[in-house]
Amino acid sequence: MSTLHTVNKSPFAQQTLSSCINICRAGDALLLIEDGVYAALPSSPTAEALKALVREREVDLFALEPDLQARGLDDRVSGWVKVVDYSGFVQLSTEHKTVQSWY
Amino acid sequence: MSRKILFTLRHAPYGSAIAREALDALLATAVFGQDISVLFMDDGVFQLLPKQSPEALPQKTLSSSLSALPLYDVEKLYVHAPSLEARGLTKDELALDGLVSLTSEEVATLFGEQDHLLSF
Amino acid sequence: MKFALAIYAAPFSAQASQTALHFTQELLAQGHEVVRVFFYQDGVHTGNQLATPAQDEQNITEAWRALTRAHDLDVVVCIATALKRGILNEEEAQRYQQPASNLAPEFALSGLGQWVEAVVRADRVVTFGA
Repeated sequence: MSTLHTVNKSPFAQQTLSSCINICRAGDALLLIEDGVYAALPSSPTAEALKALVREREVDLFALEPDLQARGLDDRVSGWVKVVDYSGFVQLSTEHKTVQSWY
Repeated sequence: MSRKILFTLRHAPYGSAIAREALDALLATAVFGQDISVLFMDDGVFQLLPKQSPEALPQKTLSSSLSALPLYDVEKLYVHAPSLEARGLTKDELALDGLVSLTSEEVATLFGEQDHLLSF
Repeated sequence: MKFALAIYAAPFSAQASQTALHFTQELLAQGHEVVRVFFYQDGVHTGNQLATPAQDEQNITEAWRALTRAHDLDVVVCIATALKRGILNEEEAQRYQQPASNLAPEFALSGLGQWVEAVVRADRVVTFGA
């Protein structure tokens, strides 16, 4: 059964997202929230790993829209990141059997 | 009704209350007879170092409380092997017996088997 | 779907406190059931009704209280982690001979057993850590 992973730490400062990426598997979804949304930048140290996650490992990748907007990031989001609002966050949590919060 | 619940412990002890309060939650859940697994990962593996002596802080010794887990019938104890390796540690030197070492792929499988994931 | 929510983040210190509030509001808007909200670790500070933010800042304790009243939510503040952080209801203040209590009346002070019971009943558990 699949898992929704949420990550709320910047990949420029901490390894939290890298840890999560290692545990994601096909069918899972990863949602960037709070400072985690800095990982949506193409310059993120995790950019290549996230791109591979989406294109090769069949993991869905999202970032939370109000958190992007708050940080002035909404025009800087990488092409492999989908943007969702809270309605989407709730939807994702119902579509996956479990939610793992990485913080 | 018994649920399969995985506690993932990713934080080092003493610097914050997360590890201690995670253990309290873990023991409370065990008392209620749930099907518990525990995974030590990232800095959470530091909770398992022997010779912890936080008396001077003072705080309670976490590792001695962790070694009581089997008494609460918590026997599915896992450690993330890459987290140990990255910190120059081996499973044999840790303060908890009965730990099973898992690769990242095996952790992903473990996640997939659970009803709920509780992260600390 | 039945949700149990755990909030470990302190209000006013971590955005996670606001994330949890938005998520809960959206859950209710979509017609999901919130089995219980459990404040644990530094999240227990959310129960402090004496929090007095500036006029132009969100009062997150007030926001949780209003949501709790509007939807008759079951909100529990963990007693063990709350007492040591100075969050007390009147009963506990008397028991420990403290000069004041501060727990918002919408919230219950109770033990981890309440959390486990909610987890067992829930289809989904979501954690909000700092």
